[in-house]
Amino acid sequence: MTNERSAYKKLKEPTAYRIGLFISRFAAYFALGLMAVISLFAFYILIVNATRAHADIQKGFSFLPGTRLIANFKTMLEDKAVTPIMTGLINSLFVSGCTALICCYFSTLTAFAIYAYDFRFKKAANTFIMVIMVIPTQVSVSGFVQLVFSMKLNDSFIPLIIPAIASPVVFFFMRQYMESNLPLEIAEASRIDGAHEFYTFNRIVIPIMKPALAVQAIITFVGSWNNYFVPALILESNSKKTVPIVIAALRSADFVKFNMGQLYMTIATSILPIVIVYLLLSKYIVGGVAMGSVKG
Amino acid sequence: MDLAKKNKKVSYAKWGYIFLAPFFAAFAIFTLIPLISTFYYSFFEMYKDGMKQIGPNFIGFANFKKTFAVSAGSGLPDILRYFKNTLIMWIMGFVPQITLALLFASWFSSVRLRLKAQGFFKTVIYLPNLIMAAAFSMLFFALFSTRGPVNNLLVDAGILSEPYRFLEGVWSTRWLIALMNFLLWYGNTTMLLLAGILGIDASLYESAQIDGASSMKMFTKITLPILRPVMVYVLITSLIGGLQMFDVPQILTNGQGTPNRENMTVIMYLNRQLYSKNYGMGSAISVIVFIVTGILSFFVFKSVMAEGGRLKGGKK
Repeated sequence: MTNERSAYKKLKEPTAYRIGLFISRFAAYFALGLMAVISLFAFYILIVNATRAHADIQKGFSFLPGTRLIANFKTMLEDKAVTPIMTGLINSLFVSGCTALICCYFSTLTAFAIYAYDFRFKKAANTFIMVIMVIPTQVSVSGFVQLVFSMKLNDSFIPLIIPAIASPVVFFFMRQYMESNLPLEIAEASRIDGAHEFYTFNRIVIPIMKPALAVQAIITFVGSWNNYFVPALILESNSKKTVPIVIAALRSADFVKFNMGQLYMTIATSILPIVIVYLLLSKYIVGGVAMGSVKG
Repeated sequence: MDLAKKNKKVSYAKWGYIFLAPFFAAFAIFTLIPLISTFYYSFFEMYKDGMKQIGPNFIGFANFKKTFAVSAGSGLPDILRYFKNTLIMWIMGFVPQITLALLFASWFSSVRLRLKAQGFFKTVIYLPNLIMAAAFSMLFFALFSTRGPVNNLLVDAGILSEPYRFLEGVWSTRWLIALMNFLLWYGNTTMLLLAGILGIDASLYESAQIDGASSMKMFTKITLPILRPVMVYVLITSLIGGLQMFDVPQILTNGQGTPNRENMTVIMYLNRQLYSKNYGMGSAISVIVFIVTGILSFFVFKSVMAEGGRLKGGKK
């Protein structure tokens, strides 16, 4: 049908229309290209400067990378007092990994409860979760920090991970996905075969949910990886710092005396892992955005 | 069939509750109890003076009064001043963001343009959204510092005769913060609007095209009216997100809201109180943020619900 239509259009297309189309296309490509350059420019300079020596960076601007990549990396690793970036990376990896895992598992479990079972408060529970979806963490953070300190969980990763069990946004995404991809008959069939409800969930529902789980795991992981506000209030000792806190500490360091190559290297190290993962999986992430995002 | 359904209800309802339990337990412990205690302690004097714990002593609305007190040298109460700063920086980032997002989304979805390399552009545009805001801000701080690459470039090119001190001016700092927020979020907004546009029934455009409507006319008469609920949703969620503005200005100004606290946001103010363990004041600020966000959230909820109802009605 589309072919037919475009054939019809081509016949009727006057030259003016074609010129107009050419101009709009050109404008579109130009604007998109320009924004792509602007979006990438900062990262390009970041990578270039991460490979240059402190003295060269101070001397002036360069579009070409230098030769000090490995040297800067070594300086960063050795300067544990200012940039404990390796500890930060390991801590962030642990916290974000656990958060993504726990968040995805329990959100799917919650979504399955609402989707697959009939019980009296089902509708009320669903509405309730939708309502709390819009409450930002900042409004309860004062009580949260107090609670964490009174439970002696300060300087611990637990208060950063466990609250992810209740993630309304991920729940919402999972429920949406179930509605179009999880036939209830499958759960019923496994029930008839005598499977326990937990077995059904872990062995039958979870595998079907894999595509949705992958998308949400990445998005949750990135969210936790980038989280600065709450960890900065809870984590205290150097050995517990996550990457954003290490970066924030850089800002408070004496900037004038600082080795700029090392600085750019540290920033690059903190964001490049995410960029690489993103570029490998961007197809799934960009597609999953529209469904899951609340903050803007 | 009826019997089977009845049986299922009787025997499996408890599993619904069991599977819901972790969510509600985590919510109760880590959100609900903190929320209640935040409200409770907003009426108490409670802070650390050196090593000494002061309070909690009940002081009524004193914390709120203190929040609204006018500090010397400025016409506005502190909290209103910080709300104003936050709002100004949000608007400066949001207006170009929604404009560009709307433009890009309509281009991506345009049947007439049939743009190539869409995957590449979408990937690049969305990329900044995943970058750690703290690191992004630190990067901008380095790039725009007095002896940084941007100044070097501008002086080398002869545009500036001497380096410009971006971080010492109120408005240049605000523009930097707005620029970062814009770059971090415009890809996300583009994707949301694109999803909204792609949800529009294609036959509407086809019949408009056959009737000889121009692409501008189709955009203003079809796309914009149908997209309105999505845009309202984007606007309000972005405003709620904007009120939470923290990472970018916090790192860029080292938590000081420099110059002269003109770039201090509400959450930076909250963070300051909590960091010094002044839970009474912190709670009062949280309550104010809660009320403001609550009102805004109400509108989100209404707009989402209205949209859901409309879409369902449209399908039938």
